[in-house]
Amino acid sequence: MLRICVQENQGQFGLDVDINAPAGVTAIFGRSGSGKTTLVNAIAGLSRPDAGKIVVGDAVLFDSAARVNLPPPHRRVGYVFQDARLFPHMSVRRNLTYGGDHDAAHVIEILGLEPLLDRRPAGLSGGERQRVALGRALMCDPQILLMDEPLAALDAPRKAEILPYFERLRDETRVPIIYVSHDVSEVARLATTLVVLDEGKVAISGPVGQVLSSPDVVPLLGTRTAGAVIVTRVAGRLLDDDLTELQFSGGRLLMPGQLGEIGQLLRIRIPAQDVILAREAPTGMSALNVLPVTITEIRPGRGPGVAVGLRAGDDQLLARVTRRSAGRMELAVGQQIYAIIKATAVGPEDIGG
Amino acid sequence: MMDLLGLSEWAAIMLSLRVAVVAVICALPLAIGVAYLLARKRFFGRQLLNGIVHLPLVLPPVVTGYLLLVTFGKQGPIGSFLEQVFGISLGFRWTGAALAAAVMAFPLMVRAIRLGIEAVDPGLEDAAATLGASRTRVFMTVTLPLILPSILAGAVLGFAKALGEFGATITFVAAIPGQTQTIPSAIYGLLQVPGSEPAVVGLVTVAIILAMGALLISEWLSHRMARRVGR
Repeated sequence: MLRICVQENQGQFGLDVDINAPAGVTAIFGRSGSGKTTLVNAIAGLSRPDAGKIVVGDAVLFDSAARVNLPPPHRRVGYVFQDARLFPHMSVRRNLTYGGDHDAAHVIEILGLEPLLDRRPAGLSGGERQRVALGRALMCDPQILLMDEPLAALDAPRKAEILPYFERLRDETRVPIIYVSHDVSEVARLATTLVVLDEGKVAISGPVGQVLSSPDVVPLLGTRTAGAVIVTRVAGRLLDDDLTELQFSGGRLLMPGQLGEIGQLLRIRIPAQDVILAREAPTGMSALNVLPVTITEIRPGRGPGVAVGLRAGDDQLLARVTRRSAGRMELAVGQQIYAIIKATAVGPEDIGG
Repeated sequence: MMDLLGLSEWAAIMLSLRVAVVAVICALPLAIGVAYLLARKRFFGRQLLNGIVHLPLVLPPVVTGYLLLVTFGKQGPIGSFLEQVFGISLGFRWTGAALAAAVMAFPLMVRAIRLGIEAVDPGLEDAAATLGASRTRVFMTVTLPLILPSILAGAVLGFAKALGEFGATITFVAAIPGQTQTIPSAIYGLLQVPGSEPAVVGLVTVAIILAMGALLISEWLSHRMARRVGR
């Protein structure tokens, strides 16, 4: 579907990646300075890599060996910038149709742009600007959509307001999306494939659930942000207690609030540091969610922590405990233990459709 | 005030206006092009081009006038070429005065427009390019509308400079009444003649009115345009 092989040297910084992305949302994740924006600019043709090959579907955008380097206007790439980059002298309507009016009515509908059409960019909120920028990119009928930290400039409520639009877009268009981010919650909600960049190289890549639940990823994401993503189905409601029951292959989870519709699939992210491990089924404790799990991997980190990979049914979970606890509990691969997840550990930003 | 001005004074005023307007209109597209090159492109000889553009600003105007005379005059290489091929004669004609005014106003126009271009986020031009716009379309639909206020500022500055230009003009095309005698050279000429103070006062008043008028109109226009581009 999408092959991005790029080498570039800019003084101290080097970029050397080879990524094969399937359809859907491919998230490029990494710290600032890890080469994310350089990579996306190379796909858009805004910067020229030293060597490599960029192919989208059947279209070769760049191939240093064959001396192919399509200029940006001929790449049919929809680029949503972090700072929106709307044209300040044009109305929203003229911004939207600047590159074309492909599927205009539908784009305006799914992004909720109708009330904004006659306004000027200067009068829009950050979230509205990003929606317009996304609509503008979609209307030029792109063969690939690049989104470079489109939510980074927004505060949490604005993010929460715009993420459902992105989810809808992901589910309703067949355009492959490259989504650059340094926010794990965003990635967990939106991505199908995850590529983690570290110092200009691909550190790890694969399906998002697999990558995020791999103990290898903990040092890359930071111990506080690592956590597995699982897909669950809304199974029921406990109205008296204001809880929602979610079913997945490893059992059931109770989460606070009224989430989704009955039968709907929800992705949830369970931060590794909020998973507690126990040798025996605990009794007399406040946590609601106790899952029987099997240890698949134990990986010591650089600090005092140990990342523990767990299998619950067909899903992978990730826990982070101290090395001291791991030693005292005599944790070993293949062992059957219990994972305890506090219902409040999963925040609203970690739950997506 | 009107009766202070005789026929030859009116001729000088009309000539000055014509010279300044023609100078600005002809120099403006070139000034936009040069300003764009200097602001956005990195090329060999950029500093040299920058220096040449600014030369009329720092040279004594008489020197600029002399250089125009030896290149664009009847015997000059470019002047004789223009005369033979196109039948355009610049020496001692109002067209020569317009050329001198344009050359002197050029650096001021380039400077004002260049500042405007540098203030436009190149990211907007990149965004337009990814949306499929060719370089020409990017310039015409994004860059140009956003720098209109500074183009206007450059034009007004150039117009005022062209109206007031004296040294290069008088050196290149002299001050022939009705032909090349602009407001400044007419004032200077009248000052040499005893008893012509009323005419001088009239011309000075007109010069002030023209300059103030241009300034006010440009302020008003650029205010409107700035609002239109959403700043």
